[in-house]
Amino acid sequence: MPLYLNDDQQMLQDSAADFMKGEGDVAHFRKFRDMNCKDGFSHDLWKKFAEMGFTGIMISEDEGGLGLGHVDAGVVLEQIGRNLTPSPFLTTAVAGVEALNAGGKALREKYFPGILSGDSVLALAIDEAAKHRPDQINMSASREGNGFKLDGKKQFVVQGGSADTLIVAARTSGSAGDDKGLTLFAVDTNAAGLTRNSVRLVDSAMAAHVEFDGVLVDADAVIGEVDDGDAVLKRMLNAGRAGSAAEILGVGAGAMDITVDYVKGRKQFDKIIATFQSLQHRISHLYSEMEIARATVLKAQQMLDEGSSKAELMVSVAKAKAGRATALSVKEGVQMHGGVGMTDEYDIGLYMKRDRGLQEFMGDANYHTNLVAEMHGY
Amino acid sequence: MSDLETFRAETAAWLEANCPPEMREPMVDESDACWGGRNPTYKPGQKEWMDIMAEKGWTVPDWPKEYGGGGLSRAEAKILGQEMARLRCRSPLSSFGIWMLGPALLHFGTEEQKKHFLPPIARGEIRWCQGYSEPGSGSDLASLQTSAVDAGDHFVINGQKIWTSYADKADWIFCLTRTDKNEKHKGISFMLFDMASEGVTTKPIVLISGQSAFCETFFDDVKVPKSYGEGVSSVVFEVNRGWDVAKYLLGHERSMISGGGSEGATSLGAKFADQYGRDDMGRLDDPMLRAQMADMDIEVLAFRAMAERFGDTFKAGLCHPAQPNMMKYAGTEINKRRHELIMSAGGSEVLEWESEATNGGLTARSWLRTKANSIEGGTSEVMLNVVSKQILQLPGA
Repeated sequence: MPLYLNDDQQMLQDSAADFMKGEGDVAHFRKFRDMNCKDGFSHDLWKKFAEMGFTGIMISEDEGGLGLGHVDAGVVLEQIGRNLTPSPFLTTAVAGVEALNAGGKALREKYFPGILSGDSVLALAIDEAAKHRPDQINMSASREGNGFKLDGKKQFVVQGGSADTLIVAARTSGSAGDDKGLTLFAVDTNAAGLTRNSVRLVDSAMAAHVEFDGVLVDADAVIGEVDDGDAVLKRMLNAGRAGSAAEILGVGAGAMDITVDYVKGRKQFDKIIATFQSLQHRISHLYSEMEIARATVLKAQQMLDEGSSKAELMVSVAKAKAGRATALSVKEGVQMHGGVGMTDEYDIGLYMKRDRGLQEFMGDANYHTNLVAEMHGY
Repeated sequence: MSDLETFRAETAAWLEANCPPEMREPMVDESDACWGGRNPTYKPGQKEWMDIMAEKGWTVPDWPKEYGGGGLSRAEAKILGQEMARLRCRSPLSSFGIWMLGPALLHFGTEEQKKHFLPPIARGEIRWCQGYSEPGSGSDLASLQTSAVDAGDHFVINGQKIWTSYADKADWIFCLTRTDKNEKHKGISFMLFDMASEGVTTKPIVLISGQSAFCETFFDDVKVPKSYGEGVSSVVFEVNRGWDVAKYLLGHERSMISGGGSEGATSLGAKFADQYGRDDMGRLDDPMLRAQMADMDIEVLAFRAMAERFGDTFKAGLCHPAQPNMMKYAGTEINKRRHELIMSAGGSEVLEWESEATNGGLTARSWLRTKANSIEGGTSEVMLNVVSKQILQLPGA
């Protein structure tokens, strides 16, 4: 498979680009931020995502979806990143759906209709500390009657406040650091004993601290196998990481474009500042980094779609590379904008803040760099 | 099975059956490459491998069959490359004729020029060198002064070239000459002539690595015939239009040099951890070096993806024409950093310049060699200028 978008994917890109620009651009983002929206996104827009078919990209055709893959989800995510479109797409339609794809038919039949119609929002309850460390999950799920009792705390549950369902990773046996003993659950956010404290993040996204105090779930809430949730978790993480790499790539590409436009228009010393070689070389270096990041993200997505045994390695490479390239893009962007880059009026700062949030989502560049070393056996 | 799957299976089987075992060992340095030519030096297995591949046209798999190529489609050529990499088959023939002159002739040459010059390149019979840079014309290549004066049925060449790779070992040269002193870019011609011509002398240049891959090349009243036969002009394209050919070729050179970023072992950390030592967790026992190695793993794997995407988009005509400049910049900078890290991992032992233990300072010499990557074929700074101007369209670039 050549490493560029095929005709269908190119068409999807065009329609996603038109859609985000028309319905969910930066002005839309500002509107929802400024109204202090408690969910951080427009439910009307989420319905339109569904009408476009986007929420069914990762759902099979038999189950009412488009039966597409990670490359296609990434095409939409890049446009979300470019436009800073607020939506629960990544957690719901990409990572959430991929977790459910690994589960039983009953779970998929229960959740997919709501996702396909744009009524349902999923959030992922994985992290338990400031940094993403899924191998250290400690939250307990103990046997109780016919099901399980969940106790513990999760944090950085993005869209957790607006979600109707959480995908929760908890420990049914063993202790933090063990490979075995994890189990994934689909948990109703209205369950007794579950409390959510939704907080606004630096990029105006909403995330929740979630407490589980003896939350009872049935056995049919288990996604995959009890004590063997590692495989489901990995599949979900791969989807979320490749997806967030695509979104962050869009953030970096969008930031670069507005920076290039800005320096082409700004005059100092009677000269357009884009004529200064000190800026030209830095922007061209940035272009090079963004191009490499783009190739890397697409490669990881293609490998996931092919079911390659090395996909996980490439996903980590992609999250790290796209993360570093975009971090460079937003930092250079603010610096090259000069004083106005510090103002709320100009968009470049919004990109910098979005980048920061996405860096931490499912592991930052340092985390994934360390994983690459581990996967290479050192 | 689809046609391509069948092709892959047959190709793999053929390579397994025909590639000599010596040609499946990793190359240690540039001297392990097979260059062919009139006065070749072959290591065991090289000539057999070159000849059997040339017979199938697979020294130049994507050239048309009538010029000695394999006539493979893009997809087939990619599969051949993938299978050769998977089976660790060495490239059968290294050649500036393949990398540079061939693409120029395929694009600009007459039918007669193609038939005359291309098959001997494909068979490794004629070794070419490139006469571009001059002592006063480096980054500003178009200021070159080596003159070619029209003398009826021939040109008379006078001047000096520098950084001519393996000029002392090459049979023929493709050379930029000045045919009009009153024009800059429009006064340059792209000429082909025999290095055995009277008046051509070469002098190897000793580099900081102690090696001498490059030469100074002097032309003293060298007579170059205008024609080597019916339709076989010694000038490619037209007189005074050589800059068009040179620009086209620089694209190929830049994409070739950029390959440096993706060569060698994927993971330096995996390679060095055992010799370096591991901690109780099995990690390379130097946290800073481990972190840098992991960073480099990411750079190398990411650039490999980029190289694949560049190749795919280039062949499909989807990539920006100036993209080779970006590739050259990124690939050479990564390669330099990679060799810095290899030196750092080797510590004091790889400083030994002549010891048998270091294979005559091979690691250090290779490290020094990489410093030329971001200078030859256009400096990193020139690459960034081109990206600024042609891709990003920044004013005044």
